Amino acid sequence: MELNEIIRPENRVYKKPELLNDTHMHYCPGCSHGVVHKLVAQVIEEMGMQEKAIGVSPVGCAVFAYNYIDVDWLQAAHGRAPAMATAAKRLMPDKLVFTYQGDGDLAAIGTAETIHACNRAENITIIFINNAIYGMTGGQMAPTTLLGQKTATCPYGRRVDLNGYPLAIAPLLAQLDGTCYVTRQSVHTVANVRKTKAAIRKAFENSMKGLGTSVVEVVSTCNTGWKLIPEKANEWMVENMFAKYPLGDLKNKEE
Amino acid sequence: MAKIHGAVVVNTDRCKGCNLCVVACPSHVLDLQKKEVNDRGYHFAYMSNPEACIGCQSCAWVCPDACIEVYRVVEK
Amino acid sequence: MKGNEALAVAAIRYGADAYFGYPITPQSEVLETLEALKPWETTGMVVLQAESEVAAVNMVYAGAACGKTVLTSTSSPGFSLMQEGMSYMAASEVPALMINVMRGGPGLGTIHPSQADYFQACKGGGHGDYHAIVLAPSSVQEMVDFVALGWDLAFKYRCVSMILADGVVGQMMEKVVLPEQRPRRTEEEIRKLCPWAVTGRKDMRPRNVITSLELDDDIMEANNHRFQATYREIEKNETRCELINTEDCDYLIVAFGSPARISMKAMEMAREQGYKVGLARPITLWPFPVNQIREAAKNVKGILCVELATGQMIEDVKLAIECSKPVEHFGRLGGNVPAPDEILNALHEKFLDK
Repeated sequence: MELNEIIRPENRVYKKPELLNDTHMHYCPGCSHGVVHKLVAQVIEEMGMQEKAIGVSPVGCAVFAYNYIDVDWLQAAHGRAPAMATAAKRLMPDKLVFTYQGDGDLAAIGTAETIHACNRAENITIIFINNAIYGMTGGQMAPTTLLGQKTATCPYGRRVDLNGYPLAIAPLLAQLDGTCYVTRQSVHTVANVRKTKAAIRKAFENSMKGLGTSVVEVVSTCNTGWKLIPEKANEWMVENMFAKYPLGDLKNKEE
Repeated sequence: MAKIHGAVVVNTDRCKGCNLCVVACPSHVLDLQKKEVNDRGYHFAYMSNPEACIGCQSCAWVCPDACIEVYRVVEK
Repeated sequence: MKGNEALAVAAIRYGADAYFGYPITPQSEVLETLEALKPWETTGMVVLQAESEVAAVNMVYAGAACGKTVLTSTSSPGFSLMQEGMSYMAASEVPALMINVMRGGPGLGTIHPSQADYFQACKGGGHGDYHAIVLAPSSVQEMVDFVALGWDLAFKYRCVSMILADGVVGQMMEKVVLPEQRPRRTEEEIRKLCPWAVTGRKDMRPRNVITSLELDDDIMEANNHRFQATYREIEKNETRCELINTEDCDYLIVAFGSPARISMKAMEMAREQGYKVGLARPITLWPFPVNQIREAAKNVKGILCVELATGQMIEDVKLAIECSKPVEHFGRLGGNVPAPDEILNALHEKFLDK
């Protein structure tokens, strides 16, 4: 069969979601953010929530999420996305309100806002990209940086005596009565990308059903910050990150 | 037995040559351009072995820049 | 009605969509009153006690960005925490109402009245070049009236309005006339009035993004010029000042908030002694009523600034008259409030007996 017989509109089985616009994403080649953006756009489209979705972007690499996913956006101060999402959802309960936050935003400067939004059972979804490093500011230590991991601010590797322990925040959030769904996923293989998409879908549906706060942590790579090529970064993530941040559902109230 | 034909179209302008699609492809269809680059200097992905494509979409699912479209025909 | 309670009731009557706040003395009655009145059962207003002032102000930021009529209230230490949100709101050009019922500082200071946040309120407070409209009530009635005025101005200019009250005005009780209950704006009305607001892409209109970030230097410079143009417009149209006995006065007292009321009594006592003393009460602290003060001070021999601070507004008074007359300061600190005779003594000491 010739290529021109195959490449016809009626045979198309995968395309870029329309909600992900044509703006070139500023992310480094191979960055997990792009995959998660695509999934968010796909899920909003498949749920038919284009007219009702409101995203809250963080400070960090994903600050410009609003340039790529064609819904209404609020841009939050560092760490405050859950507070902003709280207000937006309470004022417009019929909207699909989600935050998109990195590890510094969610687990360092915004820990209080995150925990309290979850504890109030705000009907929002928190999408949490955990790549164990500060990407946007140039590869500094994150609360989730692993012991021994080298960053710009722990150049000899993270040490307990100097820097404390890596923070696994999802289990903390899962303990709170206000969360209905806390899951940890990744996007390094096709199977994992599909699972992450299903998790985002479930989280968004929970938000619209009013079941409480849903948290989807995506254990991710930052190949530039980690100084690895994308495929090696995936390998490093599997070998090192999953021990501290194991994948799977931490809480699923429906079940 | 049904034969499956697949093909991908890479948005070469959008591709950043991260190689994740190349790694994800179970049929070794894709490769990065060795010499050719796009406007922003990236060696973009292309089908170096198009006959092997089964249209499984693995490449598209893992692509961080959503630059891969997949086509699939099942010949009965 | 108590000043703080009046703020709460006025907000409901205006048709507020939400209050986000955190308890702090001496203004906790605002949140307490709202929780007691349960406006979510009547008007649908959201009332939420946040986990901190930082969270509260960012909730206000989000609500304002959604085109909603939102407010918060706090007192000095809390207001410091809210400077983050103030700066973001100014940069994003969203309308909101902030209330600071000032207590004495610095630090945790005292829970008693003060006006020492004048600089913070009028000269920026947060980072970047910005201003908020600052209204200074001196009565419980003005607490009520400035809620409406504050929101009207905020929506007119897409800026933050602030009520800067001292703890006396927040805690004292007076009779007030309340406005009629107004309905909250519908989503359709908000889409019309605030086409920029984040309300979801109804009918797939182009997306709205509320952000303070702009990495293109030229665009960010242009944004700053636009903010400044708005501020110049506000300065032109919105300065407010009450002038009493300034037509014939030889000496002028300038004071705002509760010290203005105490100064009024001191002025009367001075007049009984035969001294022609007048009073200028700035109602907008930013924009500062430069022209009104300059006009009132045209023929005076001296100006006394009375503040519950070590002398902050005095700088704006000196600037207003371009230091053409002697300007002296009198103030009590640490939560103390001067008695009228203390102000009169200060007048004597600094001007009348010289």
